[in-house]
Amino acid sequence: MMILGQTTTLFDWSWVSRNLDNIWDRTVEHLTLTGVAIGFGLLFSVALASAALKWPRIYEPLASFSGVLYTIPSLAVFALVAPLVGIGTPTERFITAEVALISYTFLILIRNIVTGIRGVAVETTEAAFGMGYRRSQVRRSIEVPLALPVIMAGIRIATVTVIGLVTVTSLLGLGGLGFFILDGLRRSIIFPTEIIVGVVLSVALAAILDLALLWLGRAVTPWAEKGIS
Amino acid sequence: MIEFGSEVVAWFGEEGRWLGDDGIVPRTVEHLWLAFLAIAIALVLALPLAVWLGHRRIGAFYANAIVNIGRAIPSFGLIVLAAVFFARGGISLRFWPAVVALMALAIPPIFTNAYTAISNIAPETVEAGRGMGLTENELLWDVEVPVGAPLILAGVRISFIQVLATVPLAAVLSSGGGLGQYVVRGFARGPGGTVEVFAGALLIAVLTLVADRLFTLGERWLLPEGVKRLSDTEVRAAVSVS
Repeated sequence: MMILGQTTTLFDWSWVSRNLDNIWDRTVEHLTLTGVAIGFGLLFSVALASAALKWPRIYEPLASFSGVLYTIPSLAVFALVAPLVGIGTPTERFITAEVALISYTFLILIRNIVTGIRGVAVETTEAAFGMGYRRSQVRRSIEVPLALPVIMAGIRIATVTVIGLVTVTSLLGLGGLGFFILDGLRRSIIFPTEIIVGVVLSVALAAILDLALLWLGRAVTPWAEKGIS
Repeated sequence: MIEFGSEVVAWFGEEGRWLGDDGIVPRTVEHLWLAFLAIAIALVLALPLAVWLGHRRIGAFYANAIVNIGRAIPSFGLIVLAAVFFARGGISLRFWPAVVALMALAIPPIFTNAYTAISNIAPETVEAGRGMGLTENELLWDVEVPVGAPLILAGVRISFIQVLATVPLAAVLSSGGGLGQYVVRGFARGPGGTVEVFAGALLIAVLTLVADRLFTLGERWLLPEGVKRLSDTEVRAAVSVS
């Protein structure tokens, strides 16, 4: 499969200009796979974290279970889900990829939500109770806002991790930017341009989303900068 | 579903499945060997530098940057890129591109954990050592490294598991990639390859989980006697981990 590629140039800009539409489509596919995974991951994590905060005894088993999910290599998770969901149609492939990607977000998101909320100073919540806040109001208006910086940090880590993992889904025939990495490798003569485009754009997406989320996190928690908590 | 299960079981029982050239045993050995080599090189490169920088308490910015960059680079892409550059250099060996890429992925957790472990040791602990008249060298080897050991070892474990998890991706390059070979080959065959995909994935998952468990147990055994007697909270107090 691997043939020495001295005859091809390292980077062929004309390929890029000829394939702009394709690059754009794959980038959108990459972002869609990432966005759906983070969205559903967050939804499930909020539910599971709330349960763990209500019944502290389930936190340990939940943490070890999401640890196991996180430890199983990405390729193996895709491969274990594939026969159960199927990889025949594009929809099946999409669901297979998402089940695996979502399972990776649990460890980071649940941990950050729970530690964030548990980290809110007792004095703060007691002051709120003293002012007549009810339990649900304290959670919504006091604990969640104060835990937001920690939760946002978790969302950033999860997003950057998932963007990297999405490239692996190219082996399932999806892959967003990972498609270019695999396609460049599988040509009869390796085509470095395509591989470099895939890797560089994937890193760029991770960096841009990380900064965007950092900025968003600061915008929604203006008090965090002043160190009040 | 039952039919699929019995096909998977049958796959494990095929002729030469365990000991043949493409068998599970040689593939597992290849898998572990790639991972060990990558981790060994990463340890030699990252650990001394991280411990020294941590002792001098300089370079916090780089410790952070390294872990962030490590997370953003897709491991899959890095392996393929390494193969491309090796091929251009005229080296068509299937083995070394994978080792170099895996080593690069192994460095961030090792480096950052070791740096954090040493540089975050409570000032009281370090001052107490200085007050007792320890030289800088003694302080490093008798106080900072043992107290930081749990966190340093945790970094090595994270790295090792991450590398074990990434070895299968190297199977896209060639006949290597340890147990990943079954999965990548199976995926390439489409729906007809799902039995091999599933069986390979089971093997990879079991190998990684067992390695994680064994390493966690080994960590406790490797720790210095004095540190072993400390409880988790005491270690956390000595190394103020944020």
